[in-house]
Amino acid sequence: MSTVSTPTRSGSRSATPPAGLPRLIPTPLATDLASHLTHFGPVRPSRDLHGLLSQVGDAGLRGRGGAGFPTATKLAAVARSAGRRSLLGRRTPVVVANGTEGEPASVKDVTLLSYAPHLVLDGMAVAAAALGADEAVLCVDRRHNGLFSSLACALAERADLDPIPIRLAAAPSRYITGEESALVHWLNGGDARPTSVPPRPFERGVADRPTLVDNVETLAQMALIARFGAAWWRSVGSPEDPGSFLVTITDGRRVPAVFEVASGRRLSTLLQHAGIAPTTPVLVGGYFGSWLSPEQAAAVSLTRTDLARFGASLGCGVIAALPDTVCPLREVARVARWLGTQTAGQCGPCVHGLPAIASTVEALGRADVGHRADAELRRLMPLVSGRGGCKMPDGAIRFVASAVEVFRDHIEDHRHGVCGRLDVRPVLPVPSADGAWR
Amino acid sequence: MILASEGMWFLTRASGMVALVLLTASVALGVVTSVGWSSVRFPRFVTIGLHRNLSLIAMCFLGLHIATTVVDGFVPIGWLDAVVPFRSPYRTLWLSLGALSFDALIAVMVTSLLRRHMKYGTWKAVHWASWAAWLVAVLHGLGTGTDTTNGWAQLIYVACAAVVLAACWWRIAVGWPAHIRPRLAALIASLLVPLIVLIWTFSGPLQHGWSQRAGTPSAPIEQVAR
Amino acid sequence: MSIRIVLDPIACDGHGVCAELFPEGITLDDWGYPILREGDVPAHLERHARRAASACPSLALKIRRTGA
Repeated sequence: MSTVSTPTRSGSRSATPPAGLPRLIPTPLATDLASHLTHFGPVRPSRDLHGLLSQVGDAGLRGRGGAGFPTATKLAAVARSAGRRSLLGRRTPVVVANGTEGEPASVKDVTLLSYAPHLVLDGMAVAAAALGADEAVLCVDRRHNGLFSSLACALAERADLDPIPIRLAAAPSRYITGEESALVHWLNGGDARPTSVPPRPFERGVADRPTLVDNVETLAQMALIARFGAAWWRSVGSPEDPGSFLVTITDGRRVPAVFEVASGRRLSTLLQHAGIAPTTPVLVGGYFGSWLSPEQAAAVSLTRTDLARFGASLGCGVIAALPDTVCPLREVARVARWLGTQTAGQCGPCVHGLPAIASTVEALGRADVGHRADAELRRLMPLVSGRGGCKMPDGAIRFVASAVEVFRDHIEDHRHGVCGRLDVRPVLPVPSADGAWR
Repeated sequence: MILASEGMWFLTRASGMVALVLLTASVALGVVTSVGWSSVRFPRFVTIGLHRNLSLIAMCFLGLHIATTVVDGFVPIGWLDAVVPFRSPYRTLWLSLGALSFDALIAVMVTSLLRRHMKYGTWKAVHWASWAAWLVAVLHGLGTGTDTTNGWAQLIYVACAAVVLAACWWRIAVGWPAHIRPRLAALIASLLVPLIVLIWTFSGPLQHGWSQRAGTPSAPIEQVAR
Repeated sequence: MSIRIVLDPIACDGHGVCAELFPEGITLDDWGYPILREGDVPAHLERHARRAASACPSLALKIRRTGA
């Protein structure tokens, strides 16, 4: 292993950049500030916005929250918005780190926050300094009490370190909370429901100021790029999907694993690595994503283009393999029904459409009405997709539509009265929300 | 110069009553819009159009009501008293209620005419004031009006109140139990307020000597408008 | 210069006045919410589109100019 030390932009020497993977979570663990600094070296958040933009741009970092939006573009948009003079109020930006992780099957963000909190906080500091922000908030789902306390300790450790104070916020435990405008609306004192856009948070967000909302993994990656440079960051992954990303791998029967992988790997190799037989249908991207049949899962590599061939995308990085012993129709119906309860309740097509779709999914396997339910489902899907105020219904439709395709044969079996899947314990997690919108 | 007093006086009372009836209809139609009721013969755009037009006509009658009152020199009420309360010595409190109601209705009208140029929330907040404006107008009528003891006028008041109460309860009921707290508050108010107003009407305006107690100046004939 | 109609789904309460006033460009779905026909509003129908937008009780329907 080479011991090349890379100069930071300020000229002094930092620690050795991690070679290969994993790079986000070190061995041994470095959760306290001192060992974090020993392992990663210091980061020097600077006001050099142009410098950060070119680093992050050259690295090709994309958002790790699910949308995959180019991070440098988002940073630039916030900066541009902040630069505009305004008669009404301040334009000083705000940095929001989204660690709410509302996708039930995903645990990567919680894992990152538990084992590399300072990397996320570094990223926030770097972004805040470059943007000239005077406020930074780290949002975590309020059901994670333990995590909240450990993050509070981490913040206390670095009180003197950060250019601006970072505060913690315990967000409502709902699926939709992590949506960008919903999170900002909640931070502004409202319900955690999406708001009409435009204006998007990068124009008017927290306290009507330009707000950067980034997933915690995105910010952790940013902290690495700021230390070790774009070239190093691109040394893993492919040219079109550079760098590493965290994925949650689960088969519902054991504790989910979180892997840090680079693009290009075959999905089946990854599953085998995780001890999961690569012969089952796989859900990629969580309840916002889509299903792959065993054949497709065996053939696909984890790159944006290859996944797109099958209409899939990595999204927030959930890879859920459904055991052969479990009835997929029951699982999909359960999740579809749950998604219907997780809408913000603001847009008619979503509020009415998702439960209606859940009902058709539940009826798909019936001999008498199954075909009618199928026709009804096909009729309803375009009535719901794209007609909401956010992308939630689109994701739900994608989840259901791909399921109906992939599990066509099993649905047919049901109609002939045969399920044959004897494992009746639910697999896909469907948490009960505490109901609060604030 | 005192203008034809009797004629003006009748016009004032009549236009005031008509304005109240139109406002009542407007409130009812506002609720019909809000709850989303429609039928083949009353599509929504008709309800909305009627609500808007009747409101504007009501404002015209209100304008007439004010103009005839001011121009009629019999009582000391000037133009400014239509919008600024507590100026006129004539039944000060009860007249001022009219001014306050008118102020609220002007705000509702102006924001509604300009609703596309402001935030929806702002328009909505001001629009809620129309309920209060209606109530205050009724109190103004009962306290200031010389017709409170008149049987026909009483019939009109009762009919208008019945319509507004029914509309209010319909509005509270549809969508129950969403926004439960304001709905409960409104329900309680809708039961208490009519009761209080009824008791007050019987013990106040309908009693002998109200005119004096309400603050009618002792020699109105000697006052000249302007 | 042509226009098109744009809907804010969050503001929309499904009143349906828009579909009454501009049926050529707006239909209602199963639940009473508007489905907008894509593309610009034909010039001879612009008046109706504007009326529909102006009549929306929730101000959810807006008129947008589209280039040219």
